[in-house]
Amino acid sequence: MSTISKHRILERSPTLLLVFSLIVVSIGGIVEIAPLFYIENTIEDVDGVRPYSPLELAGRDIYVREGCYVCHSQMIRPMRDEIERYGHYSLAAESKYDHPFQWGSKRTGPDLARVGGRYSDAWHVDHFIDPQSVVPQSVMPKYAFLADARLEDDLIEDLLATHRLVGVPYTDEMLAEARADFHAQADPDADTDGLLERYPGAVVSNFDGQPELTEMDAIIAYMQMLGTLVDFSTFTPDETR
Amino acid sequence: MMDNRTDHDPVTGTETTGHNWDGIQELNTPLPRWWLWTFYLTIVWGIGYCIAYPAWPLIDRATTGLLGYSTRAEVEAQIAEVDARNADVAARLASADLATLERDDPAYHYGVAGGAAVFLAHCSQCHGAGAAGALGYPNLLDDDWLWGGTLDAIAATVRHGIRNDTDDDARWSEMPAYGEFLEAEQIAATTEFVLQLSGQAHDSQLAASGAIIFAEECASCHMVSGAGDPETGAPDLTDAIWLYGGDREAITESITNSRFGVMPAWGPRLDEVEIKAVTLYVHQLGGGE
Repeated sequence: MSTISKHRILERSPTLLLVFSLIVVSIGGIVEIAPLFYIENTIEDVDGVRPYSPLELAGRDIYVREGCYVCHSQMIRPMRDEIERYGHYSLAAESKYDHPFQWGSKRTGPDLARVGGRYSDAWHVDHFIDPQSVVPQSVMPKYAFLADARLEDDLIEDLLATHRLVGVPYTDEMLAEARADFHAQADPDADTDGLLERYPGAVVSNFDGQPELTEMDAIIAYMQMLGTLVDFSTFTPDETR
Repeated sequence: MMDNRTDHDPVTGTETTGHNWDGIQELNTPLPRWWLWTFYLTIVWGIGYCIAYPAWPLIDRATTGLLGYSTRAEVEAQIAEVDARNADVAARLASADLATLERDDPAYHYGVAGGAAVFLAHCSQCHGAGAAGALGYPNLLDDDWLWGGTLDAIAATVRHGIRNDTDDDARWSEMPAYGEFLEAEQIAATTEFVLQLSGQAHDSQLAASGAIIFAEECASCHMVSGAGDPETGAPDLTDAIWLYGGDREAITESITNSRFGVMPAWGPRLDEVEIKAVTLYVHQLGGGE
């Protein structure tokens, strides 16, 4: 009875109530959030995951800018129906270089976590210009202007540096070559040995079929690599994770 | 403080809080018993839940719980259960020779029904939900096949794809962009001849000179008759079926800049049974050879 009645002291003093509420919420936060940074099974390392190439990263920024995440998620949940439709469930490691991440479960459009390689570049161009021309029942808006928007390279090095600042392991070499890699990935005739060594599995192609580097090139470069980095024929899931 | 609590409301007999506003007292009515007990029960439930399911983070991993629940294990079990249910018929389809598979074989029905699902999930975005295709993406309902419409040919196309960089066995051919070596008049003449081949209105004088260019430049793939060749994916130019449009403007564009339709290789994404199933599905749509 006496402990219970001491609770009245808190209830009757707004300042004390505020201070003690903060303490309680902090304990909850520390217990729930802090372990995610050190417990091994939440930071699973997976072979093949690499930072985005400069062109992919620029495409990713366009994806975020256009609010694609409002309709498309990039997170295949471990459920049979999703695996049947989209492929292997997403691993946390696959989005570890994502700032910000693109997880979600609200899907007006399909999940895009493994869209890479599923369609030809030309399909993506057709689909961005006029989605209904290839998928009549689609409610996606047209993004034809991406093909006309020239992509400048003056900020690409800074973009990589910014991501390095928040923990993406871009090397000095990657930063130094950022501008060259940015252009090489959209040019099938370019020397891409260095690009492919720095970013294994990057798709090199003139994505939009136009000679100029456009936002369409960047976003398709991003689409074509999504979910392709991990080789699931050699991946063994740890069931405790 | 304790003093206030000794006050009781004379009407209900309930304890008061001691608060008094202009003679109106606030009652300290206790929480209903059912509510209180439900609250205590949720605490007990919470403790039980922590013991049964993965919960508390420790030094290197969280407690795994007595029930050993894991999302990954659960979904693996669900997939295994469905696979086991289909195991017999799937194995039958996997080992079957599609060409000799009887129409009343359960493996055939399994293939066509499963193939329809594979088609909707993976193929419909280009070829259309009803397989009727779109401009630049072949219609699979007709009997006009670019790379052959036999079961084996369809399976090979699905497995390796067309003109992609990822599969060494992808079907490959590349029509030259004739804008680079022919004059505009020559292209115009060839266009008239192609219009003639397909039985459309054309300028017969131009078509006559176009016929000579066609014989020199085009006939090696599209054949002298213009009927095409499934070995090189060269389309039949004599029918009314056009992948990129068959009017004067579209044909001129095709000759000038060529076309380069790409299909991804599905071998790495679909398993053997899925490839066979979608092959059976596409083959029975109407045009299978």
